[in-house]
Amino acid sequence: MTTSTTKIRPDLAICEHCDSVHQRLPLERGEAADCHVCGATLYRRPMLDLDAMLALTVAALIVFVVANAAPLVTMESGGNTTRGWLLSLVATTWTSGVGAVSAILIGTVFLFPLAQILLYFYVLQACRLKQQASRFVDAMHWLRRLRPWSMVQVFLIGTLVSIIKMSHLASVKPEPGLWAFGVLTILLTALGTFELRELWALHEEAANT
Amino acid sequence: MSEPTGRIVRGIEHGLVGCEACGLVLERPAHGSDCPRCGTPVHARRPESLARSWAFLVAAMILYVPANLLPVLHSTKLFESWSDTILSGVVALWEDGAYDLAIIVFTASIVVPLLKMGALALLLLEVQRGGRQLPRERALLYRILEYIGHWSMLDVFAVALLVTLVHFGALASVEPGSGIVAFGAVVVLTMLATMSFDPRLNWDTPRRRVTSLPAAPAVKPDTAKDPLSP
Ligand SMILES: [Zn+2]
Ligand SMILES: [Zn+2]
Repeated sequence: MTTSTTKIRPDLAICEHCDSVHQRLPLERGEAADCHVCGATLYRRPMLDLDAMLALTVAALIVFVVANAAPLVTMESGGNTTRGWLLSLVATTWTSGVGAVSAILIGTVFLFPLAQILLYFYVLQACRLKQQASRFVDAMHWLRRLRPWSMVQVFLIGTLVSIIKMSHLASVKPEPGLWAFGVLTILLTALGTFELRELWALHEEAANT
Repeated sequence: MSEPTGRIVRGIEHGLVGCEACGLVLERPAHGSDCPRCGTPVHARRPESLARSWAFLVAAMILYVPANLLPVLHSTKLFESWSDTILSGVVALWEDGAYDLAIIVFTASIVVPLLKMGALALLLLEVQRGGRQLPRERALLYRILEYIGHWSMLDVFAVALLVTLVHFGALASVEPGSGIVAFGAVVVLTMLATMSFDPRLNWDTPRRRVTSLPAAPAVKPDTAKDPLSP
């Protein structure tokens, strides 16, 4: 009661949404513990193990390359064919005077998702090999900060809406790049279910053995 | 879960703090100390949470005006040229009979940002006046705000594609208008405002209300947790 040194309580979990204290209990694979006060998820045990998650990051990287290399859409109008890639969207918005939109595009749909995939690979690999990775802490902080700003799924729906909008003006066709963005959305969502907090604990275990 | 769970143990009342970054629970951390696991400064509550949140929110509200009044698209077709705002774009879709699209764009671009700003203002005001009504509902509202925040960027992406494909057309051309920049800024600012808010403040009210919640009505059968025994 009178001690002033900081003690760590790995047996407890505190809800980040309502500050209620819970006893941490072991979970089965795929289970989540919800806060009984506010209903937020306290912690969960992921469905997939580290090897499967690592395979997902590699798949996500490959799909990311395809999604950016292949065109998203083609438009035929008056004998001209125009193709749109993500990076050509970045370029046209830049040259047509809305640099901020260009910056949002390259950040939220290109750089942040790519960084997320690479950082996930790095931290998962560190946990799997039970190594003390020197940049683990930095990588984890960046993963947490980037998460809300990675908007591949919003881009996908925005593109679909735009295609349907234009379809009565000209013949617009979805291309492989768009499907790749669909797959990338699914892979990134699956990666997102892996709680960063579990990775902290896993890495700590690895460092202590 | 037969154990009665009416008694809610809150970290702040027991000197327990959960690290915001990594979730580690610390007992009586020294003032201004860092989390031993991840190095983040430990706070019982995010410092200046309300002031920051208000600053981003007010900036978003101000920019919401040009975002809706300025054109998002300038179109030229042969000798005709016109400008579209977000709202006039929705109206045009509706008149073309594309009701589903009109509803999607209207929801993502107009309803969601308005509801977000209104709901966040409500949360901030309620915390400031020490309101103790419906903490569970306010907590849910905050989680919804967090979840839907980035979906309003949809129209920004849609405009970017439209501009790219029609840009070089011989007969028609489309240029983005400055409204879309203001709109993108509104989305970013509301996201920042939501992130700055500390949802634990929703529950920081006199205890009589909080402790009188009914015994764990929302416990799912498959969830495993118990409150710390007092
Ligand atoms: Zn909670
Ligand atoms: Zn920490």
